[in-house]
Amino acid sequence: MSSELFFQPVTDLAAQLAAKKISSVELMQAVLARTKAVDAKVQAFNSFDEADALAQARASDARRAAGQASGPLDGIPVGIKDVISVAGQPLTASSKMLANFVSPYDATVTRKLKDAGAICWGRLNLDEFAMGSSTENSAFKTTSNPWDLTRVPGGSSGGSAAALAAGEAIASLGSDTGGSIRQPAALCGVVGLKPTYGLVSRYGLIAFASSLDQIGPFGRTVEDAAVLLGAIAGHDANDSTSFKAEIPDYRAELAKRKGPWKLGIAKEYFAEGIDPEVNAAVQAAIAYYKKLGCEIREISLPHTKYAVGVYYIIATAECSSNLARYDGIRYGHRSKDATDALDIYFKSRAEGFGAEVKRRIILGTYVLSSGYYDAYYLRAQKVRTLIRRDFLNAYQEVDAILTPTSPTPAFKKGEKAADPLAMYLSDIYTIGVNLAGLPGISLPCGFSKSGLPIGLQIIGQPFKEADLLAIARAYEQGHDWHTKHPTL
Amino acid sequence: MKYEAVIGLEVHVQIKTRSKIFSRVATGYGAEPNTLTDPVVLGLPGVLPVMNKAALDAVIKSGLMLGCEIAPVCKWDRKNYFYPDMPKNYQISQYDQPICLGGSVEIELPGPARNVMGEHKKIPLTRIHLEEDVGKLNHSATGSLIDYNRAGTPLMEIVSEPAMHTAEEAYAYLTSLRQTMIYGGISDCDMEKGQLRCDANISIRPVGETKLGTKVELKNLNSISFVRDGIAHEIKRQVSLAESGGTIVQETRDYDGQTGASQSLRSKEMAHDYRYFPDPDLMPVKVDEAWKQKLRAECPEQPFAKQERFLKEYQIPYTITSVLVPERDLSDFFEEAAKIAGKPQAAGNWIVNDLLRELGNAKISLAESKVKPAHIAALVKLVEAGTILNNAAREVFIDMFATGEMPDANVARKGLKAETNTAELEQWCREAIAGNSKALADFKGGKDSAINGFKGPVMKAAKGKADPKLVDETLRRLLASM
Repeated sequence: MSSELFFQPVTDLAAQLAAKKISSVELMQAVLARTKAVDAKVQAFNSFDEADALAQARASDARRAAGQASGPLDGIPVGIKDVISVAGQPLTASSKMLANFVSPYDATVTRKLKDAGAICWGRLNLDEFAMGSSTENSAFKTTSNPWDLTRVPGGSSGGSAAALAAGEAIASLGSDTGGSIRQPAALCGVVGLKPTYGLVSRYGLIAFASSLDQIGPFGRTVEDAAVLLGAIAGHDANDSTSFKAEIPDYRAELAKRKGPWKLGIAKEYFAEGIDPEVNAAVQAAIAYYKKLGCEIREISLPHTKYAVGVYYIIATAECSSNLARYDGIRYGHRSKDATDALDIYFKSRAEGFGAEVKRRIILGTYVLSSGYYDAYYLRAQKVRTLIRRDFLNAYQEVDAILTPTSPTPAFKKGEKAADPLAMYLSDIYTIGVNLAGLPGISLPCGFSKSGLPIGLQIIGQPFKEADLLAIARAYEQGHDWHTKHPTL
Repeated sequence: MKYEAVIGLEVHVQIKTRSKIFSRVATGYGAEPNTLTDPVVLGLPGVLPVMNKAALDAVIKSGLMLGCEIAPVCKWDRKNYFYPDMPKNYQISQYDQPICLGGSVEIELPGPARNVMGEHKKIPLTRIHLEEDVGKLNHSATGSLIDYNRAGTPLMEIVSEPAMHTAEEAYAYLTSLRQTMIYGGISDCDMEKGQLRCDANISIRPVGETKLGTKVELKNLNSISFVRDGIAHEIKRQVSLAESGGTIVQETRDYDGQTGASQSLRSKEMAHDYRYFPDPDLMPVKVDEAWKQKLRAECPEQPFAKQERFLKEYQIPYTITSVLVPERDLSDFFEEAAKIAGKPQAAGNWIVNDLLRELGNAKISLAESKVKPAHIAALVKLVEAGTILNNAAREVFIDMFATGEMPDANVARKGLKAETNTAELEQWCREAIAGNSKALADFKGGKDSAINGFKGPVMKAAKGKADPKLVDETLRRLLASM
């Protein structure tokens, strides 16, 4: 285990903070120094507020000195994707449209993190409005993969994954609409968890596709992901889609759930297009579970082939409406050349949105248009139900499903930027999880010969995150992939 | 060729809830611009709507009062269009599954005379749905300003079938709907404050034709009389267009109540594609029997049912019920007074004639009145018992309206009790007869009205406290024996 503070897991640092071996200010200073040293290369942050971060660290130390520290996250710097609102901080969605927007309110997850004593640390880069799989769609900068700076970190939560992998944060939050937490986690060699739809409040998350979006944690370990999930999960009166579920102590549950489990392998997920090294690493993980005594069953998710198509109808339809509010009237970018209200709309949106965002707004507007609604949106919703049914049928037989997270390790910057369809297909294993509203986790399961991380995805049952985390942890305990760090 | 008009109304009613439909910020009218806002109302990045149950209750209650079928499940849809008064550029509304379906509004048309009840009709409703109100644009020479205070106020859209045929029917429809909403506590329906707004769809067709003609939507009908005048004007415009061989085009027209003219706003070609789809931020709502039952119990008696009951139960004339019933608080006031007094007609007369006149003169509302039902009842009882006479009662009323003093106390304090000492009265009558020999001769000569010549002096002697009936009787008795 690395001795640098910024590479240590939350749970280790929490123990040192509790024992007063380190202070939160020391930890924050270490993370700040690391960030200043490497972020010119990694480009994970859109911005950070050093004074504010240190003030939060001092407040944590003061709480601890007064015997009022609140738990394992007290004093821990948690990076925040720049699409989750923190009162008084910029909220840009990595878009020119919101380049100068400062949010006046806290997202529910932000409030919960603050209640847990965590330091809300920095604004992490993403694909504009979370639309993309590489962070190349950011209006401000392309984040680099810390393992190979010529490659992408994945996306859309590329900043959240890269910052964690590079030691610029101890943990982070991202959002996942079609794989935006799990895919960058895989590509950057960290753990990323997308919770069941409705487990974590979306209040304060800039909406991309409301019926698919979910906030979730990135951590160095499964246990860290469990700690963060415990802090942010739970019913919220500000979010009508948030579920009234009993929230277990996920960290404590890890030790109690030992398996063996019945694990499914979906034949549709190992068809064409999968990189041989990724396949080999995932097969090795499957073999490991077998060795642990788990029963491996082949299952079928027959509607998998429709997932990408269905996703791009539903997600774009919702985004075309969700992004209508960015019009330059009351906030956000307003064109200097506009002459009247209609002109403000046309020019501000033409100037404020990037190409991928525009592409999706146009697509979504089209599928909702009179005469096309039934053929596209309504039919896509029906197929979505079938996709969910596929998974629920599979869960009659198995506890969880093992798949690769991404068909390939991190690809080169620019490699897929000109080909939107190739980019869309990089989410092929993750999209079904969002359509079905299920929890999914990605954890490191090896490296390619060229030293790029590979991720294993485990798909769990609705609201059974405790089991999902325990299954992931069983693998992690037998491997040391998660202890390796990139050299920067 | 004779034409008949076909009219359907779309009425928007603001629901009187304390907070807005999707957030906790207060609703209100007349506050400083943009003070009744929060991140949700302003549609800031990341906010989510949460349904206000009180708004939902109000729509269901309205539906129950109007005899609608309440949908067992209703959902919310986004109506997408760009306009600066709408912060999200979509309005949360209901598209294909409104809360209320069917139902009707009972209307009363003007009778042949003021004291005769007119014909009653039921105008069928298509649907009622719930949506959010938008902000308000204020245009000036230097630019346009937006006030989002109104944005997010719960708004009910009540759509009638195209089942009205005259401007009078539309007027009666709105009047009745407004009464029902006020009765139910749903809205104050103040059109000046935009709490009730009306658009009319109007077409004409040759009498006997069953197919609908090309409709014109009339907007900006800002008062109930503008609705009547605007519709009458539009029917006239369409008929004269048809008669002169012109074509009626499907369009939206703006009616100016001041000038009495209308002008085209937009044609059908410019109609929006709203791209409705279910709002993924809001869950569908199930309305079960228990919920409906609870709200049904809260529904007040409807105005026309009350009118019928008043006519039967209290045996009071239509001229009184037609004044009392439209105002729920006034009719409640009457019922209380009538119950205590036991004389509904007398109580009704005092309220409709004297109380309303004095409230009007003082420019105050019934709630602010110092005269309560107990005052009216006490006054009625004093008159009925003959304790005071009508003239004195009017004086008492003026006093109690000004001060709230109970009639009994007032009568005692001012010594207004009617004169009932018959010996004294007889004496005054004898003196009056003796003092007017000409009238005596006339009366004896057969001129009955000559008796009035004695009454003035008697009343003067009695200082107005003599019962005119008793005076008349006494005079006749004395005269007969002369």
